[in-house]
Amino acid sequence: METTNHTPIEYSTEEGSNKILGFWVFLGAEIVLFSALFSVYLVLHSHTAGGPTSKDLFEVKEFMIETFLLLISSFTCGLGTIELRRHNVKGLVAWLVVTLLLGLGFIGMELNEFITYVTVEHATLQTSAFLSGFFVLVGTHGAHVSFGIVWMICVIIQLLRRGVTPVTARKAFIIGLYWHFLDVVWIFIFTAVYLTGLVL
Amino acid sequence: MSSNNHELNKFPWKHVIGLALSLILTLIALWVVVSLSLPTVATLTIIVLLAVCQAFIQLLMFMHINENHGRGYRILAIAFGFYIAVVVVYGSLWIMWFTV
Repeated sequence: METTNHTPIEYSTEEGSNKILGFWVFLGAEIVLFSALFSVYLVLHSHTAGGPTSKDLFEVKEFMIETFLLLISSFTCGLGTIELRRHNVKGLVAWLVVTLLLGLGFIGMELNEFITYVTVEHATLQTSAFLSGFFVLVGTHGAHVSFGIVWMICVIIQLLRRGVTPVTARKAFIIGLYWHFLDVVWIFIFTAVYLTGLVL
Repeated sequence: MSSNNHELNKFPWKHVIGLALSLILTLIALWVVVSLSLPTVATLTIIVLLAVCQAFIQLLMFMHINENHGRGYRILAIAFGFYIAVVVVYGSLWIMWFTV
């Protein structure tokens, strides 16, 4: 409510705060994108066409490890934002690298999961409507995480070369928002796909 | 809402609490599904509510949605996104499961 006399560096220019607001609008649009994929998946969940069902496929241990990797990476990314506001490049880059490694661990596990489904369980994109919905929803999230990893590497390079300036600070803040957002989407995938898959 | 100078020089309790709550809520959701044998509708309602709580934790604790600098527009964009999401997802399920 009250105005603070100390503005964080990423908001210090008008361009910076406008671009951050623009990114929030983009995240609102991403919620709508994912909601379409969620509704397709949920409507088609029972249409397994004689192929494997969600109860046959999902392994509690696997998806819990994936969930924890992503939750912790969201936390480390948040610590990076704190270091950003302290104008501490080393701390920021260190936390972003930790986030990156956790994200790579997540993607590695997800690829492994998909490969197991396709080769061992014979559950491919074409097997049933349920699996089409599953691979498209979870795959779109995985593609977002992969894109986020590449993006984060670019931001780290810029931070190392230019330090914390209003421009690089805005970029580092926005990649943080993106990463937290992917964690929010995963929480709903965890709930609506994996946990629900154990119940229904 | 928060004074930044003050926030910068102390231990990041907000983030640690956010992480702890996310992990606890995730484990509760798993426990409800695996160990409790509630009716299906009750189980699904509980885990969806837990997910919504977690989304709020991310938005408030990690994404600073409630800070100054254009808070109103930011919350409007996200709230509108969530509104469309609820209409699309719940509406689709309601239509597809509708029986006379």
